[in-house]
Amino acid sequence: MIIGLDVGGTHTDVVLIGKDCILRQVKVPTDPHNLLESVWAGLEAVTKDVPPQDIRRAVLSTTLTTNAIAEKKLVPTGMIVVSGPGVDPECFRTSEHYYCVAGSIDHRGREIQPVDRMEIEAVASKLRAEGVRQVGVVGKFSIRNPEHEIQIKEIISESFDHVFLGHRISGNLNFPRRIATTYLNAAVYPIHKRFFDAVKESLKKKGLSIPIYILKADGGTMSLDASLDSPGQTILSGPAASVMGSLPFAAESEETLVLDIGGTTTDMAILLRQVPLLDPVGIDLGGFKTLIRALRTHSVPVGGDSVVRVSGERITIGPDRQGPAMAYGGPAPTPTDALFVLGKATNGDVESARRGLQELAAKLGLSLEETATRIFDEACYLILNEAAKMISDINSKPVYTVHELLEGYQVRPKEILVLGGPAPFFAFRLAVLTDFEVHVVPQWSVANAIGAALARNTCEVSVFSDTERGIVIAPEEGFSQPVKRDFDKKSALELAFKLLRQKCLAEGACECEIETEVLEEMQFNMVRGFHTAGRNIRVKVQVKPGLIPEYKDIAQTLFNYCPLPS
Amino acid sequence: MLKAPIKTGLVFFPAFDWAISATHPEREERLLYTQDQVFEEGILDIDGIVEFKPDLATIQDVRRVHFCAPDEASVITESHYISAGGAKKICSEVMQKRISRGFALVRPPGHHAMRVVHGCRGFCNINIEAIMVEFMREAYGIDRVAIVDTDCHHGDGTQDIYWHDPDTLFISLHQDGRTLYPGTGFQHELGGPTAYGATVNIPLPPRTSEEGFLFALEHAILPILEEFKPDIIVNSAGQDNHYTDPITSMNFSARGYAQLTHLLKPDIAVLEGGYAIEGALPYTNLGIIMALAGLDFSKVKEPDYQPEKIRQSKDTSRYIEKTVAQTMEYWQNRTQLGERVRGGKKLAEREHSIFYDTDNILETQRETLRVCSDCCGVLAIDSKTDSGYHIYAVHIPRKACKACQELGYEWYDTADAADFNRVFLQDRTHNQYLVK
Repeated sequence: MIIGLDVGGTHTDVVLIGKDCILRQVKVPTDPHNLLESVWAGLEAVTKDVPPQDIRRAVLSTTLTTNAIAEKKLVPTGMIVVSGPGVDPECFRTSEHYYCVAGSIDHRGREIQPVDRMEIEAVASKLRAEGVRQVGVVGKFSIRNPEHEIQIKEIISESFDHVFLGHRISGNLNFPRRIATTYLNAAVYPIHKRFFDAVKESLKKKGLSIPIYILKADGGTMSLDASLDSPGQTILSGPAASVMGSLPFAAESEETLVLDIGGTTTDMAILLRQVPLLDPVGIDLGGFKTLIRALRTHSVPVGGDSVVRVSGERITIGPDRQGPAMAYGGPAPTPTDALFVLGKATNGDVESARRGLQELAAKLGLSLEETATRIFDEACYLILNEAAKMISDINSKPVYTVHELLEGYQVRPKEILVLGGPAPFFAFRLAVLTDFEVHVVPQWSVANAIGAALARNTCEVSVFSDTERGIVIAPEEGFSQPVKRDFDKKSALELAFKLLRQKCLAEGACECEIETEVLEEMQFNMVRGFHTAGRNIRVKVQVKPGLIPEYKDIAQTLFNYCPLPS
Repeated sequence: MLKAPIKTGLVFFPAFDWAISATHPEREERLLYTQDQVFEEGILDIDGIVEFKPDLATIQDVRRVHFCAPDEASVITESHYISAGGAKKICSEVMQKRISRGFALVRPPGHHAMRVVHGCRGFCNINIEAIMVEFMREAYGIDRVAIVDTDCHHGDGTQDIYWHDPDTLFISLHQDGRTLYPGTGFQHELGGPTAYGATVNIPLPPRTSEEGFLFALEHAILPILEEFKPDIIVNSAGQDNHYTDPITSMNFSARGYAQLTHLLKPDIAVLEGGYAIEGALPYTNLGIIMALAGLDFSKVKEPDYQPEKIRQSKDTSRYIEKTVAQTMEYWQNRTQLGERVRGGKKLAEREHSIFYDTDNILETQRETLRVCSDCCGVLAIDSKTDSGYHIYAVHIPRKACKACQELGYEWYDTADAADFNRVFLQDRTHNQYLVK
């Protein structure tokens, strides 16, 4: 049996999944002030009377770190930034505890200016005086040569609880994002550590030895232990959970648009033959642009509870929500009320819904039913237009080779999967309004928890080699080794796959989950004068997001609910 | 969060899978470190800087500018269509006011490609700026254009294409032709009889540094632009004036390029040459992008930048002052000088030979221009290569008068196909391109 748990803004969804069906599904209210309590209440509810040894794993998706960032409740965190020439590093200041120091590395990873030990020590004592307990250290081009970051850590590590280094966070070039991401990892570390300790403590107290995994924003899992090194990856795992839950129902050979229609927003994502599309750079959250790997999702402020207004002859929907639909005692008319008027929804106060729409209908000079239809269609069109925009953005992503430009892959989904509260109603209307195949994800109300339960581990490894400098490094892994002139792309790929496998296992994946692929493989001859001076090799490999293999094939039947006696 | 005061678009197309040959300066690796620098600096995340995917230029775009011999397919590769398409994308975005300025960071370059194309010269096959400019004229009704070529090599291709066009001001700032390929771009090259003065060449001596470039800019280029009043300013932004460039002898810097861009305020910049791929391009391109976007570029510099080491000599400064004074004299007297050149002639002829260094072709051309008082005159080019390929090409300019249009068709119709391998007609008044 496996457990999936997704902490949402209002509810925490938990499922217990057996060999071929959902054994239990539970919704408990989320207590935003005590997420651990919500997690625990959920876990207890689904595991009641179940022998702990029968539970193979539990995957948690929490909003702990996301909320801390969104609500700006981050602990004071120091940053030491080694920039060298270029854009003024002051532009990337994260907080008052931000220090730019001497030192410079160029694009090939050569040291241009060393770091100054005295300066670092002076900064460290200032940070200590400011009461900072964790520090991020980031250098420009540190993924080409992490030496400065490592030196600084050696100088300061004794003075602080935890020091995060930029090159360990991502193998992608982007100094400002590396600064923001390192900062966030350091800043959410204490919050995540408290959660980590509490989970461990509770498990111990109850004598449980269930392996705990954490869901990441890219729809993959990592072991609770591994999450301590990169707490930033737990940010924004919520949208990923729902997308992963829709995976078993997506067409195997088609592209799919996933719509998660909630109360306030609709979240959308794209699946390419059951594989979710990843964001090309990283998460944007709370004003920070990061390098945190995530599913490519897009959120539109249109949902079942969005406020409907009439201005002139036009109906507008959202972006705000003032409360539930009038049919449920809310203050303003919503698309959900339109569903009541149309007789699609019945488990509320139809009269209130009609009253709500009455004023709008009068302004438009239409009947109540016509008004309701127009509101509902408007909501559908808003969602479809935003989806079209997202797809066009994906397809206009720049490429850098003649081959890719001419043969460029274009996303053209033919199918929509809908989940969320009003999913069945929307699905019906979307099918009428468009040429898409439209399906509702079964058990959509717990698809997020199911997604968490079934997600497998994901990992990415970047390898960079410059044979003229005689080095190969995998910055995120802290790996570095001298190479001879004959080192080539093939050797780089072999190394990358080896490191990827190690990383997956270290993050708690089982062998059977490790389905690897090449993301990027480039090799340039470096010509100086008229001679080849060496090779410049860049390789990226990954385990892409997917479902754990033993549940993949039976995932469809899993959505049958066959409750255990409680 | 960094915000660009001037909304700026970029097309970045490094063509990582295209090279003239494995060790050629125009090879896969050329923009690799530039891309690293631009990505690492987070330039594409700056609010107000947007990156676009290049369009593909079409054969119609090429036929507004060039006569390709024997045909387009023989002299143009896909990479050239993308490079020109990158420039086209940038100008479309500027024209539709989605961005205020744009930079096409593309390769291969184009400013050595002339109106007639038999092959590749100076690493160029088709002229990406001219293709862009003529597209803007066709699609957006732009009329007066200034092209300021700051590549270290004389932009002889662009000069050739606009030699007879009084609505296109072509200014080239380059290393003296006596010391560098292509060996042209002297001050007395001022344009054809009907466009005299609209070509401006400012040759600079080897080892000119920041002061020299900025002096020429402030004392010649900016005043000339002020007077010409172009609808749009295009910068052919070659970066081989850099002190580390392996194939030139100038002493310009990243900060100098940024300052030049800041003062010139081009609407569109298009990358041309620049082969110091590690020591210069990452920094010059960064500086140019930041200057275009109105960002502070004062902290951009090369790792080994020491301005006192590359400062030009006093003699060089004095020489440049004289050159600039001469340029301004030509410019101020261009109307009278033009009268003298036309001298009541009905037809003007020009003969010259063109060497295609990359493809090793020698072409000889005889141009015949109708010196017209109502327009800039219909042009015929008789062109022959050393391998014996012989073409005759008639160009009817955009604003050709009725008489010139008729003469153009008459020249085309009466050209005996038996005497030439190909006969072409490019009628810009009716957007026609005929071949026989």
